[in-house]
Amino acid sequence: MKIHEYQAKLILDEYNVPTPKGHVARSVQEAVQAAEDIGSWPVVVKAQVHAGGRGKAGGVKLAKSIDEVKSAAETILGLVIKGIKVRQLLVEPGIDIKTEIYLGIILDRASKGPVIMASREGGVEIEEVAKETPEKILKLKVPPTIGLRGYHCNVVAEFLEIPADARKPFAAVLKGLVQAFLDKDCSLAEINPLVLTGSGHVIACDAKMNFDDNALPWHQEIEALRDDGEDEPLEVEAREKKLNYVKLDGEIGCIVNGAGLAMCTMDVVKHFGGRPANFLDIGGGAKASQVADALKLITSDKTVNTIFFNVFGGIVRCDMVASGILSALESLPGFDYPIVIRLSGTNEEQAKKLLENAPVHLAKNMEEGAQMAVKISKERASA
Amino acid sequence: MAILVNQDTRLLIQGITGREGQFHGQQMINYGTNVVAGVTPGKGGQTTLETVPVFNTVEHAVRETGANTSIIYVPPAFAADAALEAFETGIEVVIIITEGVPTIQMMKVFHEAKRLGKRFVGPNCPGVISPGLAKVGIMPGHIHKKGNIGVISRSGTLTYEVVWELTSAGLGQSTCVGIGGDPIIGSTFTDLLALFEKDPGTDAVVVIGEIGGTDEQDAAAFVRDQMTKPVVGFVAGLTAPPGKRMGHAGAIISGGEGTAQEKLAAFEACGVRTAKLPGEIPGIVKELLGSTTA
Repeated sequence: MKIHEYQAKLILDEYNVPTPKGHVARSVQEAVQAAEDIGSWPVVVKAQVHAGGRGKAGGVKLAKSIDEVKSAAETILGLVIKGIKVRQLLVEPGIDIKTEIYLGIILDRASKGPVIMASREGGVEIEEVAKETPEKILKLKVPPTIGLRGYHCNVVAEFLEIPADARKPFAAVLKGLVQAFLDKDCSLAEINPLVLTGSGHVIACDAKMNFDDNALPWHQEIEALRDDGEDEPLEVEAREKKLNYVKLDGEIGCIVNGAGLAMCTMDVVKHFGGRPANFLDIGGGAKASQVADALKLITSDKTVNTIFFNVFGGIVRCDMVASGILSALESLPGFDYPIVIRLSGTNEEQAKKLLENAPVHLAKNMEEGAQMAVKISKERASA
Repeated sequence: MAILVNQDTRLLIQGITGREGQFHGQQMINYGTNVVAGVTPGKGGQTTLETVPVFNTVEHAVRETGANTSIIYVPPAFAADAALEAFETGIEVVIIITEGVPTIQMMKVFHEAKRLGKRFVGPNCPGVISPGLAKVGIMPGHIHKKGNIGVISRSGTLTYEVVWELTSAGLGQSTCVGIGGDPIIGSTFTDLLALFEKDPGTDAVVVIGEIGGTDEQDAAAFVRDQMTKPVVGFVAGLTAPPGKRMGHAGAIISGGEGTAQEKLAAFEACGVRTAKLPGEIPGIVKELLGSTTA
């Protein structure tokens, strides 16, 4: 799960990481009010949106007067960054920047523990630094058995050439960031840039935190920060119905049991020249109500013209899935999308009997099913 | 022969009195797995699934029954504890089926297993089956067939799909291992390839990967450097968009890394034959086995 910069900064506050004292604004008027409350110039007006590359997209502007705040707020509130409309702003006092540092914590899958990433190339996209000049990034593993120690902070400060007077506050920031990462079950915690000011202060001018979805049941305080307005509406609806759904932009709606098979189904559809409309894992049960929810969800995407069910019956019997599909169709009168069904595995024959007279196309395996769905979808598109 | 589980497996079920433990416990017994004990704290002293004694602690269960392998069906809040408890006893292999365990919890479990020299598989996996010998997991037993092909996969139903293709083509399996779809897992492709390489009952291995992480790339390098047996690779998620979690917690392309394309390229570069469709896998396996025996 992702949260906004201003929310991440509130979490950093709890861990004694200094941040600029900003205000959230949802309109030009609120932005002006925020700038007046700050009472000093310049201020920074920043888009709050769950997408990277805000700076490049024009989502961050410096303002030196009320007029400039107005025009910055108007411009930014009209932006769409990577497909997401900007609805909120953060207005903050400008900071006297001497040095910009990148500081991030990720969970490294290879070493199975947190890794600190640090670079003096702060304020730019770290992926680019990693690609162009990887030697400018320090990657330091935090041993999960002993945690972050003083000497780790020193090693990082040394690499970043932090001046002597800023080392103590820098170590406090690093410790706070690592602790927040662990306490809040983050998958990413990033400060870019961490600013060293002319007066020896260390301030987190930006903050980004992503969380492990598996840990959210233990973190009501994080769940409360969820902003559904940033997500694809169909994905929000799917989440409410406990369906695992990701929207793509094709015509063939895929309903599959199991995440790996669902990904594979999309690939096979593409392989045969079609375009998958979505990833959807209905899990093991495939109950009628769930199938009906999945059908409704998929067909509310108006690009979809064909449905492809791909189910491998293991413990879940194919005949149960077949009856689930039939009762779902009964509960959706007027549902007129062509449906291709592939059911293999346990009780496959009984399932085929059940579906014999149903208005569906039966396929004997995944590859045949994908080819049928692609053919039907193309006919519908040209009709 | 097989890896991880076999006729000598004496299985303990952690969470045996729960819904999943009951259902899959019975399925495993029906398959012929030697289920010797169960643990549910507070329910010790009962007998369940007709003959299986239930204990309050893993230590007691192991002491009384000589259990050497454990399978965990407990809810996510208790899964890390269940694994840690098992590591402190004579249990050698722990298989965690539970889905939804926080990654930072698994980080602690991983490092403790390493310290104590224990092996675990999962979490969020279908388990391990050595056809004809033992089924320790939630996979449908009947789609498998005893044979000489090893299967390792990050997925559940996609594994069944591939196993079914193999079985239908007359290719039986020595052991099939679902390693799980989470970012931190106990046994990686590489760990298991090493076991299959040493297993005299395995002549070829099928590796089924997906987007996210670099486990497939590591496996490719391992095959190039350390393996004599042929390996076939398949990767799901060519059409997956970046930054989106595709069901499994570990299936996400982040910062442009972890794409199916780069994994397939790594396999090819290391001499691992790859299949574009699951249906192509049996043909490639047969071709490779033919060429090694010829």
